[in-house]
Amino acid sequence: MHVVVCIKQVPDSAQIRVHPVTNTIMRQGVPTIINPYDLFALEEALRLRDVHGGEVTALTMGPPMAEDSLRKALTYGADRAVLLTDRYFAGSDTLATSFALSQAIVKIGEIFGAPDIVFTGKQTIDGDTAQVGPGIAKRLDLLQLTYVSKICSLDLDAREIKVDRRSEGGTQMLHGRLPCLITMLEGTNEIRRGSLDDALRAARSQIVKWSAADAGIEDLSKCGLRGSPTVVKRVFAPTARTEKAEQITTTDKALGDLADELVVEIFARQPALEHELAFDASA
Amino acid sequence: MTLTANQETPPPAVGRAGTKKELPEHFKDYRHVWVFIEVERENVHPVSFELLGEGRKLADKLGVKLAGVVLGPPGDATQQAIAEAFAYGADVAYLVENPLLEDYRNEPFTKALTNLVATYKPEILLLGATTLGRDLAGSVATTLLTGLTADCTELDVDADGSLAATRPTFGGSLLCTIYTLNCRPQMATVRPRVMAMPRRMNKPIGCVIQHGVPMLEEEIVTKVLGFLSDVRSSNSNLAYADVVVGGGLGLGTSENLKLVKNLARVIGAEYGCSRPLVQKGWMPADRQIGQTGKTIRPKLYIAAGISGAIQHRVGVGGADLIVAINTDPNAPIFEFAHLGVVTDAIRFLPALTDVFTQRLSPHSRDKLAN
Repeated sequence: MHVVVCIKQVPDSAQIRVHPVTNTIMRQGVPTIINPYDLFALEEALRLRDVHGGEVTALTMGPPMAEDSLRKALTYGADRAVLLTDRYFAGSDTLATSFALSQAIVKIGEIFGAPDIVFTGKQTIDGDTAQVGPGIAKRLDLLQLTYVSKICSLDLDAREIKVDRRSEGGTQMLHGRLPCLITMLEGTNEIRRGSLDDALRAARSQIVKWSAADAGIEDLSKCGLRGSPTVVKRVFAPTARTEKAEQITTTDKALGDLADELVVEIFARQPALEHELAFDASA
Repeated sequence: MTLTANQETPPPAVGRAGTKKELPEHFKDYRHVWVFIEVERENVHPVSFELLGEGRKLADKLGVKLAGVVLGPPGDATQQAIAEAFAYGADVAYLVENPLLEDYRNEPFTKALTNLVATYKPEILLLGATTLGRDLAGSVATTLLTGLTADCTELDVDADGSLAATRPTFGGSLLCTIYTLNCRPQMATVRPRVMAMPRRMNKPIGCVIQHGVPMLEEEIVTKVLGFLSDVRSSNSNLAYADVVVGGGLGLGTSENLKLVKNLARVIGAEYGCSRPLVQKGWMPADRQIGQTGKTIRPKLYIAAGISGAIQHRVGVGGADLIVAINTDPNAPIFEFAHLGVVTDAIRFLPALTDVFTQRLSPHSRDKLAN
């Protein structure tokens, strides 16, 4: 079987700082990582390959330095890595991104064999849109299975797949057909460490680098800024509330008294709560 | 099997970055504001009502109608969803009634909604950023080749009538305002609890426009084998809880989470946590509060041992009263909390739980009333 996993190199959002005066993102020194949600997709792909045989291709679109993430994917055990990089892709929104990635997946299919499954993480931690996966599925006319928490069964001969899918308030059990696109939920598997063999192989591996033309994209008007119907007009910092928390600390007070003071203050500010807070000893 | 990509160009125009041009002629008849009414297992998701409240403001500004879109099987639940849409402010309801729309599946829902949009041409289409809404919105926007702005926190209409959609970016540290240029409809998703719930009105049923979309079960690849409802009430309740207690890294060990759970139990609250706790595996992801977790909008939020990273702030900004407990008087949480207690949450939580227990037992409640 052939599985393609779309990953994204993202800034580690936990370490992003905003310049206090200019309100711009301070990118310098911010480490980049593989989007954490994509690692669950990669792991799931590797597990399927380990059971059913075949190959896993990691794919990313990004600047040349996104190669680092692909190399990392190889150390986890991916068999091959493709970097889609071209200045024409700069400024892509989710619609343009899904176009470029879908074209690259078609090309990957032509060269390395058509994928049975395309995986992505449920969303990225920088964009948070969860739109690129569904976008790729629609572009390629693939069955779309989002927020998948478990792949229950996969029958390559019958071209059938059964998955559990997270939905509001429960889990949907779905039956679908291959090929399909799956966006994987976080926490669904334990991400492997990668073997020494994989690390050595990754260090030696060539990363396939494709420009738009290499990926067979003829219509550049569908790429990058030109192919993006959404445009960011304004970026600004959230307005800080001027008043800070009223701190009711005193070090010499007993904790019980402090707690009492706090509860009195809570009810003073939100009188309705006194009736609403339910005391239920049996709960 | 080979994959082919849809490279054909349908009517919608491609965007032109940064330049707002005169809309192409065939977009000028795109009018009205639509809200997708999310019905799953016979219940309307409250985010639909929140969106109707917001959609009402946009429609009034534009001087157009507000419509609710209901996709579902024939039956009471679908009719009820339409009645609810009117009660929360819709002028019109668009309905695709089909037995194949019983459980949510991407294919028939995408087909029905895409077909409705192509036929009746809304200017703005809003959906909830739920698992269902995000799954559906991405497919519909790609099919229509239009823009989609995810997880908006603010929607407005600018001077020339374009939708200005504001959303957090870079993990919530900045906000950006996004326009969909030269494409229609302008689509956006909004997370539950970001917009205020509008008042429910007793309104007679309005105009329902039924639309038939031919669909055959044989053409739908996905089959629903079953549904397992969450026994753990947490999964759906956190976003809609009136009182929430949250725990952060300041609790020190996963063992100490019981202090948060105890307080929550005593005051009938839901409990959640900040992102690091989920990453450490101390709590399941569906209890995470913040930018990549749940947005909450309770009357009272007690944050224990949470430093208040920007990602967390995005998720709790709508709370009426935020009480923070943290040892560090300079923790960012005190910048947006209303009340702060500078102390060790591990020691303070049991004391607070005791006080609430005393005050809220039925006996002492009676006493307080006198």
